[in-house]
Amino acid sequence: MRARAILIAVAFAFGSSACMEVEQASTGQKQGKYQGKPDGKSWENSPLAAGAYDAKWTKGDRTSWEAQIKTRTDGQNEYKRIGQ
Amino acid sequence: MARMKFLCDAERCIECNGCVTACKQEHEVPWGVNRRRVVTINDGVIGAEKSISVACMHCSDAPCAAVCPVDCFYRTDDGVVLHDKDLCIGCGYCFYACPFGAPQFPQAGAFGLRGKMDKCTFCAGGPEIDRSEAEFKKYGRNRLAEGKLPACAEMCSTKALLGGDGDVIADIYRQRVTTRGKGSEVWGWGTAYGQGKSGAAAPAGKS
Repeated sequence: MRARAILIAVAFAFGSSACMEVEQASTGQKQGKYQGKPDGKSWENSPLAAGAYDAKWTKGDRTSWEAQIKTRTDGQNEYKRIGQ
Repeated sequence: MARMKFLCDAERCIECNGCVTACKQEHEVPWGVNRRRVVTINDGVIGAEKSISVACMHCSDAPCAAVCPVDCFYRTDDGVVLHDKDLCIGCGYCFYACPFGAPQFPQAGAFGLRGKMDKCTFCAGGPEIDRSEAEFKKYGRNRLAEGKLPACAEMCSTKALLGGDGDVIADIYRQRVTTRGKGSEVWGWGTAYGQGKSGAAAPAGKS
């Protein structure tokens, strides 16, 4: 009698395991996390050809690219541009 | 480095729409899509008319990203909010969530309306190979990868619209305000709702 009860319990456990909810998404999407393609870093590009433009930074060096951007941003300050 | 930011000086903006035109030309933005636009309040009222140029403000806690059901938004290391058009389903949630009306939807798609969302990229392209043809077609020119700043700001004739490193932008604006002795007050409650109402007691019956 006891062995039969155990057998039934084990059979129920195995049988009901197939009813577990499975992951529906096949893409591995994690909600709230960016799901798209990775984007490159601006500083990983080479400056445009010399002569065409005066941008200067070292490819792969974030600090030098940031310095270029800061210089360019400061160029919008016309108080400096007109030499005051 | 500070995060990339836009700032429009309402004391200087003359509503010429040069920024809008520069953006359309630089990225070959299709008809019906305006990544940037100029908003004017008190139009025609002498002394009270103010204009500012508005586009995506690249929010720190972007509501568009929070509501996107397919999570196609991301933020670059420089604080620029971008999105992957290959993932976008054009549902329009981001448009409803954005307080600036920045997300735009092309009207000439296969079904006549609401294609994939398009918005200001701070001239930083998108998730394609930098400065590639594919990036240009989907997102426009990647000026940051060329060591340049957004075309709208660099094109602004009165330098009302500033764009770039947030710290430098703040320094420029601070110098302007201290030099001319006014200007900081044009942002905020007083301009939008009238002077003398900021911090006023709430009407009776409302807490």
